[in-house]
Amino acid sequence: MSSPFSINGGACVAMVGKDCVAIACDLRLGLQALTVSNNFPKIFQYGDNVFLGLTGLATDVNTVSDLFRWKVNMYRLREERQIAPRTFANLVSSSLYEKRFGPYFVSPVVAGLDPKTGRPFICGFDSIGCIDFAKDFIVSGTASEQLFGMCESLWEPDLDADALFETISQSLLNAVDRDALSGWGAHVYIIEKDKVTKRLLKGRQD
Amino acid sequence: MSMFSQNPLMNGPNYSFSETPRVGAPEGAREHRFDPYTDNGGSTLAIAGADFTIMAGDTRLTSGYSINSRFHRKVFKIGGTTTDQHDAHLVLSVVGFAADGEALMERVDAMCKMYRYRHGRPISVKACAQRLSTILYNKRFFPYYAYAILGGLDEEGKGAVYSYDPVGSYEREQCRAGGAAASLIMPFLDNQVNFKNQFIPGSGEGHALQERERRPLTRQEVEVLVKDAFDGAVERHIEVGDGLQMMVITNKGIEEIILPLKRD
Repeated sequence: MSSPFSINGGACVAMVGKDCVAIACDLRLGLQALTVSNNFPKIFQYGDNVFLGLTGLATDVNTVSDLFRWKVNMYRLREERQIAPRTFANLVSSSLYEKRFGPYFVSPVVAGLDPKTGRPFICGFDSIGCIDFAKDFIVSGTASEQLFGMCESLWEPDLDADALFETISQSLLNAVDRDALSGWGAHVYIIEKDKVTKRLLKGRQD
Repeated sequence: MSMFSQNPLMNGPNYSFSETPRVGAPEGAREHRFDPYTDNGGSTLAIAGADFTIMAGDTRLTSGYSINSRFHRKVFKIGGTTTDQHDAHLVLSVVGFAADGEALMERVDAMCKMYRYRHGRPISVKACAQRLSTILYNKRFFPYYAYAILGGLDEEGKGAVYSYDPVGSYEREQCRAGGAAASLIMPFLDNQVNFKNQFIPGSGEGHALQERERRPLTRQEVEVLVKDAFDGAVERHIEVGDGLQMMVITNKGIEEIILPLKRD
């Protein structure tokens, strides 16, 4: 329980659909068993369709999300264009590996659409930047085991945007209900070409 | 720096096992220890229907990263009059330490036989459930390292599932997953058996939403759920796989179904 990854709690999941991707997180922030806040989103936007989910130690969630805001702003000024999800994933990976021997205690998840091809892109990382490219879904956080079970049984290939929203929402909601350190509502982003829909889910408040 | 460090990397070879040489121990002194428990992995699952109960378990037996057997049962018929259990009416699944699980199963079975001898009728699932709790608690300070689930039909003929922790705390439930992949399977069961987090569309806002009404599942539906649950668990848990053993308890008796699972 004293692992830095499970002090504050939290869960995040990303999924691929047909010409769309989804990313969702819970809203809890706690100190071990004590809930401190029920409005602590763990998903951050770094472009028109580039999203980063961060679970783990809350102080590092804040630090890392701000660090990437700065890095992506600098990228945009230098390149005079938006960062692509795959480029951003490599930026996350190398930034985390820079801290190889004193890592940020976070498990990041990247979701987005490739700006050129419009193809869905998701990937996950360990705390030192090893990338896990997945064709189906990525989970992270204290409810990751529960999320694996849910996603493995609910997810199927080529879901349209509405079906993908239902699938990722049910996966997250039911997973966090079996994890004492996650829950208290959720944010769900559905990313389609030229459209991003953000929905706020009211989950169990206990 | 390294003089303050306890890290063996800096002070010589490091060991991945527990027999590291003791520094400063008297000449020839060795520590002997007996570790009475092993975790043999595997997972179990039980779902109660309106007039049936399905108990299931995978058939892989592991210790550490080794697979010791690809076909080791952890779901047992109990309470019959003979060793082949053809007239059994209860099913006990055990997961955790296989030796303790089997010892527990044999004790409960013997207890059921004694009950039949003394009372002239088979034990009810309710009575067996209470007795199993007592048996487990009797070993409170050297427990059977086993997560037991007891299944059968209650006095009204409805499906009954009783789940236990290793020291006998128990509860009657509609469904329960146990063992290595319990955390993967249980939220799926909440969602698909008890319809948790499912609401009637447009019936309200936020917490005013009406829950989808619960309905008893058919045997076919439950069998599909069990297979899906285990296929998911096999994919993401290394201790689960090889075979799926299912026991279907109805008032006509107990049917055993064995299906393949991925062996990788």
